[in-house]
Amino acid sequence: MNQMTEIALENAITSAARPLDAKMRGRDVNVFYGAKQALFDVNLDIGERQVTALIGPSGCGKSTFLRCLNRMNDTIDIARIDGSITLDGQDIYDPKIDVVELRARVGMVFQKPNPFPKSIFENVAYGPKIHGLASNKTDLEEIVVTSLKKASLYEEVKDRLHEPGTGLSGGQQQRLCIARAIAVSPEVILMDEPCSALDPIATAKIEELIDELRANFTIVIVTHSMQQAARVSQRTAFFHLGVLVEEGATEQIFTAPSDKRTQDYVTGRFG
Amino acid sequence: MANQSPVSTEQAENQARLSRIRSGLARRHGRERRFRLYGLLAIGAALAFVVILFSMILSKGLPAFTQATLTIPITFDAELLDIDPRPTLQDGQSPADLRAADLRWQRDATMLNWNSIIEQSVRELTGDTQIAPRDLQSIIDNGERFKLRDAFVANPALAGQTVEMQLLASANADNWLKGNINRDLPDAQQQLSADARALADRLYEDGQIRMAFAWHIFTNVDSRSAPASAGLAGAFMGSLYMMLVVIVLAVPIGVASAIYLEEFAPKNRLTDLIEVNINNLAAVPSIVFGLLGAAVFINYFRLPLSAPIVGGLVLTLMTLPTIIIATRSALRAVPPSLRQAALGLGASRTQMVFHHVLPVTYPGILTATIIGVAQALGETAPLLLIGMNAFVAAVPGSPFDQSSALPVQIYLWQGNENRNFFEARTSAAIIVLLALMISLNAVAIFLRSRLERRR
Repeated sequence: MNQMTEIALENAITSAARPLDAKMRGRDVNVFYGAKQALFDVNLDIGERQVTALIGPSGCGKSTFLRCLNRMNDTIDIARIDGSITLDGQDIYDPKIDVVELRARVGMVFQKPNPFPKSIFENVAYGPKIHGLASNKTDLEEIVVTSLKKASLYEEVKDRLHEPGTGLSGGQQQRLCIARAIAVSPEVILMDEPCSALDPIATAKIEELIDELRANFTIVIVTHSMQQAARVSQRTAFFHLGVLVEEGATEQIFTAPSDKRTQDYVTGRFG
Repeated sequence: MANQSPVSTEQAENQARLSRIRSGLARRHGRERRFRLYGLLAIGAALAFVVILFSMILSKGLPAFTQATLTIPITFDAELLDIDPRPTLQDGQSPADLRAADLRWQRDATMLNWNSIIEQSVRELTGDTQIAPRDLQSIIDNGERFKLRDAFVANPALAGQTVEMQLLASANADNWLKGNINRDLPDAQQQLSADARALADRLYEDGQIRMAFAWHIFTNVDSRSAPASAGLAGAFMGSLYMMLVVIVLAVPIGVASAIYLEEFAPKNRLTDLIEVNINNLAAVPSIVFGLLGAAVFINYFRLPLSAPIVGGLVLTLMTLPTIIIATRSALRAVPPSLRQAALGLGASRTQMVFHHVLPVTYPGILTATIIGVAQALGETAPLLLIGMNAFVAAVPGSPFDQSSALPVQIYLWQGNENRNFFEARTSAAIIVLLALMISLNAVAIFLRSRLERRR
């Protein structure tokens, strides 16, 4: 295990895309669901303003790791987490950390588009409202419009901002969820297979969007599609059976992986 | 053999497979048809019962909403109205003294021989000098003399005048005219004498007795001495006050406990125990809650007997488990994706519950409330144990006043040997209870559809 970590770190260091600064760092992260261990000593850095893709076969722990990054696992009673995860050097599992503040800084987009059963406007406005980010109505409208624009949804919905968000198509709903997440101006956005429920055209739009968002946000994306990982991410981490097998610059992972398992996976031999 | 073309074996296998599928098809479709038929039959039977129930109640109860009413010129015979003029304020008299004097005068006015005035007026109307005074009085409701008294007290100048008034016929005359009593029964088994029956028939034929809408069912309270004038006002208000108590207490407490148990409470032995007990409470016979109410609210807290506040508290206890269980299942049905969306944005647990989870469960909570409140409205047994079956001839002014309740009134009338109540009043009261229940439900359904549309 240690050897593996060293390899991973070495890869990371030699990689051209190695960030000077890691936005988030996971150190010796172990996750248990009851008696079952889901993650084993994961050490992973998330580079600032980069897209980090987490890949691996189903049940490998990539979603579990993602959900550790904004403590969504807290909502599962039987989940227990060991090790440390830091955001800007601060341990997010420190008892002094307020999970509400953490989630305002580390936003999340889910696998299935899950807009609130409210209007498009209210969907985007909700985050800024609860965090008190808008001082007045005009401010709030400004935030909503900007967020929708950043999520490249504004042009499609500008005439029906007060219609229910659930009436949009799947791809539009997912972009609405992204707009909702970025309306809070998080530093990190976690995306859990954001395109798995979408058709190829909607997927292409979201991928384009992710590429644009990289300029302002740190993004971690879990994906089943290796093409997607290759297209949108700068760094890729390959998980297998709860272990972080290899991590490095995306190009390197896909062209010259150092681990046999990674190679088998990215060439489609299992998974 | 070995050279047998594999194609034909394959074909044969295919055929065998298909015929096996086909042979089962008829059975499968038959099962489906039969099941659909059973469903239709069940719904048909249920509908038939509802139709029978409603048509029976309506056909029985609707006639009770009209009452034989006699239009008659009443002569306020000055000789019979032997009473001093109504007191007025004298020099040096305090207002309190005047009030006391006036009350004395009103009491004296009540003691006047109003029955004779009615008797004389009816005799005059019929022109029959032979008929016995008892027979004349027996066709007019016992309580109508107070109508005359009230008219006179309001206007003492009536003395010596003749005024046309509407008097309720007695319950016996009403039943006779409506045909609720077998007209062939011998005199000994009739409530009215032969003369009185003939008189009632004649007045009805002459149009002096008409069937008028019985507004007094809604405005009068229960009465034993004047059964024709008995009404539901007291029971109706009693039920309304109880519903008020139930809605004000059971809904917020029930919904709050359900939210706490479902969303915030740690999952441990204690909450498991609470959950089991809530489920058990829902199955406790309602009469047991009546005993509890008598022991706790009346014996211990010394709340008044027969009061809607106690009834409301008892029904609240009875309704709580229903509301809690239904609200919890509504909360549990909220998709986890909605909760995650809220939490992922940094909403606190409370914000998640109140901004997102609760709004989508309002329709479910409202349904739970409808079921609970309707159940409470129709409940009789626990009310008997806290004294709400007492005969109360007054409309309660507050939930702390003595009162009856609609289902209890139905029970009391049903148990009264008077056929009047037995044959019609009970069904009329059931119609009123059902109408109240349906209008409560209609309000809730209206609210629910509005909430659903807002989403």
